Amino acid sequence: MLSTELKQVPTRNGFGEGLIEAGTRDRNVIGICADLSESTRMEGFKKAHPEQYYEIGVSEQMLVAMAGGLAACGKIPWIASYAMFNPGRSWEQVRTIMALNETNVKIAGAHAGVSVGPDGATHQAIEDIAIMRVIPHMRVVVPCDAVQTKKATLLLSENWGPSYLRFGREKSPIITTEQTPFELGKAQIFREGSDLAIVACGILVYNALLAADELAHEDGVECRVVNNHTVKPMDEAAILDAARSCGAVVTVEEHQIHGGMGSAVAEVLAAKHPAPIEFVGVNDTFGQSGDPAELIEYYGMGTASIKEAARRAIKRKH
Amino acid sequence: MALSLERVTELKLRANDVRQGIIRALLSAGSGHSAGPLDMSDVFTALYFHILRHDPKRPDWPDRDRLLLSCGHIAPVRYSAMAYAGYFPVEELLTLRKFGTRLQGHPERLRLPGTETTSGPLGEGLAQGVGMALAAKADAGPWRVYVVTSDAEHQCGLHWEAMLTAAKFKLDNLINVVDRNVIQIDGSTEDVMPLEPFAEKYRAFNWEVFECDGNDIAAFIDTVERAQQVRGKPSVVIAHTLAGKGVTFMEGDYTWHGKPPNKEQAEVALRELGAERERILANA
Repeated sequence: MLSTELKQVPTRNGFGEGLIEAGTRDRNVIGICADLSESTRMEGFKKAHPEQYYEIGVSEQMLVAMAGGLAACGKIPWIASYAMFNPGRSWEQVRTIMALNETNVKIAGAHAGVSVGPDGATHQAIEDIAIMRVIPHMRVVVPCDAVQTKKATLLLSENWGPSYLRFGREKSPIITTEQTPFELGKAQIFREGSDLAIVACGILVYNALLAADELAHEDGVECRVVNNHTVKPMDEAAILDAARSCGAVVTVEEHQIHGGMGSAVAEVLAAKHPAPIEFVGVNDTFGQSGDPAELIEYYGMGTASIKEAARRAIKRKH
Repeated sequence: MALSLERVTELKLRANDVRQGIIRALLSAGSGHSAGPLDMSDVFTALYFHILRHDPKRPDWPDRDRLLLSCGHIAPVRYSAMAYAGYFPVEELLTLRKFGTRLQGHPERLRLPGTETTSGPLGEGLAQGVGMALAAKADAGPWRVYVVTSDAEHQCGLHWEAMLTAAKFKLDNLINVVDRNVIQIDGSTEDVMPLEPFAEKYRAFNWEVFECDGNDIAAFIDTVERAQQVRGKPSVVIAHTLAGKGVTFMEGDYTWHGKPPNKEQAEVALRELGAERERILANA
């Protein structure tokens, strides 16, 4: 399964395909884009459903506010730009207009993480999970591959509520199939094991699986790998079960380790089942230009880093 | 169509009710904004008692006109007008800003049906109004969108994004009413961050511009009716108001932007408004 033969598709393509289908299933689904229709993959929706599409130029606060108005009148608006600006630039509008005012707006945050690569630190959103999950009523979803991103786009379109969908620019391995079950708020066990739980989200779920395989060969330890795609509301039962069954946890995300998915896992464990936990992610620094793979390695989110974190966590079990 | 003298008198009495309601609510709350609510009493009276297509018993009526208050801090004027229009009992105004109230310091749609948005953070109302006006166009809805904005919130960037967008989509079902009272918390708008030439800015953004005395109910209604006739672009009604209008010791004084009257001041204000009521009746 984890061979290099795996098909590679950017998660943003899954968003683009899902949105076209969502717009066909329900004509109230609206697309609004802030001058990035090609790179966010909203272009297909624009072509398929021109009467459901609005182009508003480089104005990300307007994305949220205008979508709030449309949603208050029964529409289901998806707003797309880079995660750095959407929701990075519009946080207060998201809090007031989407969350406090409870409007059915869906944020599509594209080009998230350092894997956007050469564009550099200004365009690498690695704080977005933190600023979205802290807001009451917000749903935060970070799918693991393009197939799952498509499913998430369709499900979020059909499930009422303010939501943030995070995805990336680069090609990443397809590790699920059309048939793989997917439920919002329901974490998935992708690999069984009882020595350690690796809880990951986004495209790094693949690295987590690679690390788990290598740990089995090199150290003879078996890791459970959990795809924790819904960061909020999180599947607490799955997290607690992983900690109880394995005794230690490593979290893996393409995000700052402060405030992100790992922090959310730590909050649950600290309150209900304290267990050793190690965090894999960006450690309180900014990214820079480079190749996506190179940056993932440099900022400590490659397979080797996950294995090191796993060994530290296992050591802390006793 | 010109309003009858009788109708104008009726509306003036309503505006007087609304002002008295504001003073009572602010006194009861012990905090809140005085100047803006008082100077917009004539505009809100005109909207709720003459212009809007609405039903206080059915705040979720799909075909109602949408009235968005962007500058949420002047909520007392909206609450008072809504109470007198029949949305809720007038006595409820005394719960303003108190724990558990539907009348939050800044309005929340989910707590008080009929408010259309949750507002207070400035510069966001017109943008949401644009979304609603687009929804009305998409569904061929028979309703209009009215947004009330303050002059000072034109210092917010998002408002200008909304102005661009409204013009792009030719939203002739959208009317923005600006409370041009020339004050903000720190002083005159023209000292803090000049807005003039104000009307020219809207014209440059492809809006149809109307100006009127925002404390003259008949003139305001006439102006809005002309704005309703515009086709192919959004309209702005710049309502020139006198900050604190109706309570002489507050009039034109920016220091009343963000504070309530104390008991003594409220009594003076209510006496003055009572005398004004007698004058309206005497002149009828």
